[in-house]
Amino acid sequence: MAEFLQQLINGISLGSVYALIALGYTMVYGIIRLINFAHGEVYMLGAIFGYYAITTLKLPFFAALALAMVLCAGLGVIMERIAYKPLRNAPRVAALMTAVGLSLFFQNFTIYSIGASPKAFPKMQQINWSFMGATVSNGQVLILFTAIALMIILHFIVQKTKMGKAMRAVSFDQDAAKLMGINVDNTISFTFAIGSALAAAGGVLVGQYYGVVQPLMGTLPGLKAFVAAVLGGIGIIPGAMIGGLILGVAESTISAIGYSTFRDAVAFAILIGILILKPAGILGKNVREKV
Amino acid sequence: MAMNKKKLLTVAAAMAFGVAIQSLIWLGVLNAYYAQVLTTMSMFIILATSLNLINGITGQFSLGHAGFAAVGGYFSAIITTRIAPPLPGPIVFLVSLLVGGLVAALAGFLIGLPTLRLRGDYLAIATLGFGEIIRVLFVNWKFVGAAAGMWGIPGYTNFLWAYAIAVLTVLFIVNFMNSSHGRACVSIREDEIAAETMGINTTRYKVMAFTFGAFFAGVAGGIFAHLIRLLHPQSFTFMFSVEILLMVVLGGLGSITGSVAAAVLLTFLSEALRQFAELRMVIYSLMLIGIMLFRPQGLFGTKELSVDMLAGMKSKFKFSKN
Repeated sequence: MAEFLQQLINGISLGSVYALIALGYTMVYGIIRLINFAHGEVYMLGAIFGYYAITTLKLPFFAALALAMVLCAGLGVIMERIAYKPLRNAPRVAALMTAVGLSLFFQNFTIYSIGASPKAFPKMQQINWSFMGATVSNGQVLILFTAIALMIILHFIVQKTKMGKAMRAVSFDQDAAKLMGINVDNTISFTFAIGSALAAAGGVLVGQYYGVVQPLMGTLPGLKAFVAAVLGGIGIIPGAMIGGLILGVAESTISAIGYSTFRDAVAFAILIGILILKPAGILGKNVREKV
Repeated sequence: MAMNKKKLLTVAAAMAFGVAIQSLIWLGVLNAYYAQVLTTMSMFIILATSLNLINGITGQFSLGHAGFAAVGGYFSAIITTRIAPPLPGPIVFLVSLLVGGLVAALAGFLIGLPTLRLRGDYLAIATLGFGEIIRVLFVNWKFVGAAAGMWGIPGYTNFLWAYAIAVLTVLFIVNFMNSSHGRACVSIREDEIAAETMGINTTRYKVMAFTFGAFFAGVAGGIFAHLIRLLHPQSFTFMFSVEILLMVVLGGLGSITGSVAAAVLLTFLSEALRQFAELRMVIYSLMLIGIMLFRPQGLFGTKELSVDMLAGMKSKFKFSKN
């Protein structure tokens, strides 16, 4: 029981990071139907920015987190304006390939500028609490609470602000939104900014938790977060959170029962299972195609 | 396969060209490095045209081609290293390629049957997932060296092998495209619902294209294994699938000659950029973004480059002069 609880705790803290990254995927997909493969790299860059903010600029953790989020939000907007906006009416595979190109570019540019070797992210003093036989570290609590706080803010932005209303309108029907006087371009840029900021937060939290950051850290978590987004129903914000948590718990359970080498396959096995049984995801609705 | 005289002539010319290049390699005019690059080019031609059969011609978006190449590579290497029948090298190699291709085709069939019900992005994601699962299975399979990889594979591949198979692949795919099966596949790409209404068994043709594509990917994997002489699960990641897809998209979805041209161009580019060492991948990715921004439909669109077309351009040119 204690073992199970322990894996649940590990899984939830891992899963909330997946959820943070998955939110960006899902929001971007929801609004322009693009699988933004460069999103995992934004997460990596967030971690790298956080690393430099703490080591070089000597900022406290939360200031570094905020700085990384702001920088990545800006990066997200630039990325959208330069690489995706010109392709909005092109075949969708072209935009997908551009996303892959961007992802390659970020990876290799980072390797070129700071080297491929892992960097030691300064960890905070570890404190462990005992909770019903399981151990909870302050790093895990930090991840969980920061993730929850960010998701509450996101929920507020999407549901209560004017911009959030515009985002929902654009994702529902872009042309109609334009006719209603919504600035579609700005809304899409804003979506990229928020999604990228959340991914950056995930990066800094993971860097702090594992104590290492490196230029290739974004690829696999990026793909898995994407799986999480599809699992919950792509384009649906609460779905990304649920998907992320399920994925995190499933992965840590598999590692715990001794199949850690299969860990990376689990995410994809779950993905295929859900796609075959319920292609629209857990919270998704099936849309009938009209002729 | 019905072949008219012109097609026969083209194939004969293409084969003669391959023999000529191979003779230059044997004579030492082209050194081992060029031989390796040209062989890699031929391998990518097989991979790109076979993926084009799935993505471009049938319009089913697959991101798992590396997985099928991995299956083919591993199984053909099992034949040549673990079983190693006491037969002459070329026969063993041919058998191993066939086995690799057939196992990959079987994998394609089994994966295609459930996933091809999905459409668009969802299919892309599912095939991506299968590609990764195949890779993880090889990481955990002790018989083929698990994560350490498979060593000591005999170097049977030379340029002529890879090139001849590439020519056969292109020939097969072109003939397939012009057959009634191929037309059915194109109709699925154009409008799946309309195709279904016209009585085309869409699932059957989708699975067919998928299985054929997987077969050729498996053969290419076998060529790869006996060229590099080392198989490692890390060689068949998602990025490998992307590299192949890039060739298809760059050449133009549905254009076979486009895929061939893009496979040659991109292999050449990535070799030519080697002199920039660390900046190589940075430049490569920037070029990729640039090409996609300025020519999103690919170099050739859906058009095919052919002798007729060149002749057509020539006559147009004459016309404009008058």
